[in-house]
Amino acid sequence: MKKYGLKGWLYLLPAILFLGAFMVYPLVDVFVYSFEEGYNSASQSFFGVGAYNYAYVLRDEYFLQALKNTFLLVVITVPLSTSLALLISVALGSIKKLRELFQTIYFLPYVTNTLAVGLVFMILFKKTAYTDGLVNLVINFFGSPSVDFIEGPYWAKMFVLCFYTIWVVMPFKILILTSALASVRQDFYNAARLDATPKWRVFTRITLPMISPQLFYLIITGFIGAFKAYSDAVAIFGTDLNAAGMNTIVGYVYDMLYGNGGGWPSYASAAAIILFAIVLTITCINLLVSRKHVYYV
Amino acid sequence: MKVVLEHLTKKFPSRNKKDKSEVIAVNDMSFEIPDGKLVGLLGPSGCGKSTVLNLICGLETPTEGKIFFGDDNVTALPPEKRGVGLVFQNYALYPHLTVRQNILFPLQNLRGEEKLSKEAMEDKMLAAARLVQIEQLLERKPSEMSGGQQQRVAIARAMVKTPRVLLLDEPLSNLDARLRLQTREEIRRIQRETGVTTVFVTHDQEEAMSISDVIVVMKEGVLQQQGKPQEVYNDPDNLFVAKFLGTPPINVFDGEVRGGRLYIAGDAVMELTGVSDRHVTVGIRPEAFRVRDDAPMRCALVGVEVMGRDTTIVATSEACVSGSIRAVIGAEYAEGVGGEEVRFYLKESKVHLFDPESGERIRFDAAKAL
Repeated sequence: MKKYGLKGWLYLLPAILFLGAFMVYPLVDVFVYSFEEGYNSASQSFFGVGAYNYAYVLRDEYFLQALKNTFLLVVITVPLSTSLALLISVALGSIKKLRELFQTIYFLPYVTNTLAVGLVFMILFKKTAYTDGLVNLVINFFGSPSVDFIEGPYWAKMFVLCFYTIWVVMPFKILILTSALASVRQDFYNAARLDATPKWRVFTRITLPMISPQLFYLIITGFIGAFKAYSDAVAIFGTDLNAAGMNTIVGYVYDMLYGNGGGWPSYASAAAIILFAIVLTITCINLLVSRKHVYYV
Repeated sequence: MKVVLEHLTKKFPSRNKKDKSEVIAVNDMSFEIPDGKLVGLLGPSGCGKSTVLNLICGLETPTEGKIFFGDDNVTALPPEKRGVGLVFQNYALYPHLTVRQNILFPLQNLRGEEKLSKEAMEDKMLAAARLVQIEQLLERKPSEMSGGQQQRVAIARAMVKTPRVLLLDEPLSNLDARLRLQTREEIRRIQRETGVTTVFVTHDQEEAMSISDVIVVMKEGVLQQQGKPQEVYNDPDNLFVAKFLGTPPINVFDGEVRGGRLYIAGDAVMELTGVSDRHVTVGIRPEAFRVRDDAPMRCALVGVEVMGRDTTIVATSEACVSGSIRAVIGAEYAEGVGGEEVRFYLKESKVHLFDPESGERIRFDAAKAL
């Protein structure tokens, strides 16, 4: 082993150089900025070193709002989108006619531009001087008053954001799960059938464990993706997310850097590091849980 | 439990959408599997033997025909109600469950009156594990076991509900040569111990011959012959069966019957009665050849292979249609063999005549080797 040490490192050098320059260095840099108070990127100067940036960010109402929004988004959309995708994949697997058509339809959102989808959602949900929007027409039909989904109450806005997020992330999950389900060998189902295994038990004891690696992959990437949500909110509520009260953590970081006033890289770094810590913690918890429930064949 | 198949036919729709013709996997099969016997379903790949197995267990429904277990017509019964145990070719053990959980799995599905207590399940599981001698492996996962051990677990899982019929699909094909010998004895022992009617599918004639009470030979969905292995070997109904059984395989020649004599390549090799003058295909078992300096059948010698107990003489003849002639003789008779030519005389009971067109057997009344 030792004999090949130098050669081995030499092979790794290109990757290490690139990763170091474009990943490790920025990460460390952000970490450093987050402790430098009032850092100015133009003059490369700062006032002092300490945890003040964190204290400021954690007391900032906009950040707390963003934190709350992000958490709600994660908690609602990840389980819902994953289980819905599973349901649809199972259903797709059990039909024969029109299966390919449905597969295509379910996959369409994946190849559609996020902002274009956002525009469609605006048309569906937005209340204007001329119309209350398509969704409100339906609500009115059932006898309830119109709701302003874009500029109205918080729950309505949250609903639209979650709805949108789920709609956008589902196709990929369906794609992965459909192929995972198809890769479960028919023999297992035949064996279960010969043993008179009830359908639900087949699903929970055979199908789920067999596709657990892919399911787990989707849950982890789903969590990470939802924590990093930003463009979805912009697509629906516009760039001034703080005003709409629908900002996310990444949105907050962006605002601190380039938003309205902008120019607060220290606060942005602190917020980014907080997000990093949250995502890392959740992913570690996911990995720990998965050890017990994921079966790699 | 006796199993009876009556005029069983299974047609599959063609995969090619443009071509509407059907594939006939099993064609009008009728046979009876006696209670408590071990039956080997034998045939080349793609002859429909696995389909027959799937029809018996109910994973496929026949296009025509009936299946009886004892006196019950089970043709329309779904697989779970037939009381069959099936061992899959690749075992189909649930990879995420331990051996214990795998064997318990069928028992945990029992509902209503059949529902068992935890202790009863445990007892049955242990009994099945003991039957196949894997009690010490109960906590292992399938991936942590050898192919032979997985095979045993698969048998235990199939046997734990004490099925009326045990079905094995190519049970030995995934094992290496040494394990194969061991496992086939094991299957024989388990079948004897439990007395369960067992059907196993194989394309390996040696495997089928060695452990079956009855073998059933199939070709292209059609039953060719069934009977005790030695009987089928000694008395094949057609050329296909004769060629399929036996290692080394039977030697096939073009021959002619003229004036009560059988001629091969112009040499009169046998006198026989009951066959009129005609062209025939002659099948000669490797062990039918005897060497003698003045024997009638002259062949060109290629070589002598000495393999322990037996000696194989490899020779050629212009009339031979199965490549080269392989004659297995006792080592002591092979000593004089050498030179360019070898001369054989034949043991008449090991020589079979067939119709050159249909391959059907032509039986003769009496024969005497020359």
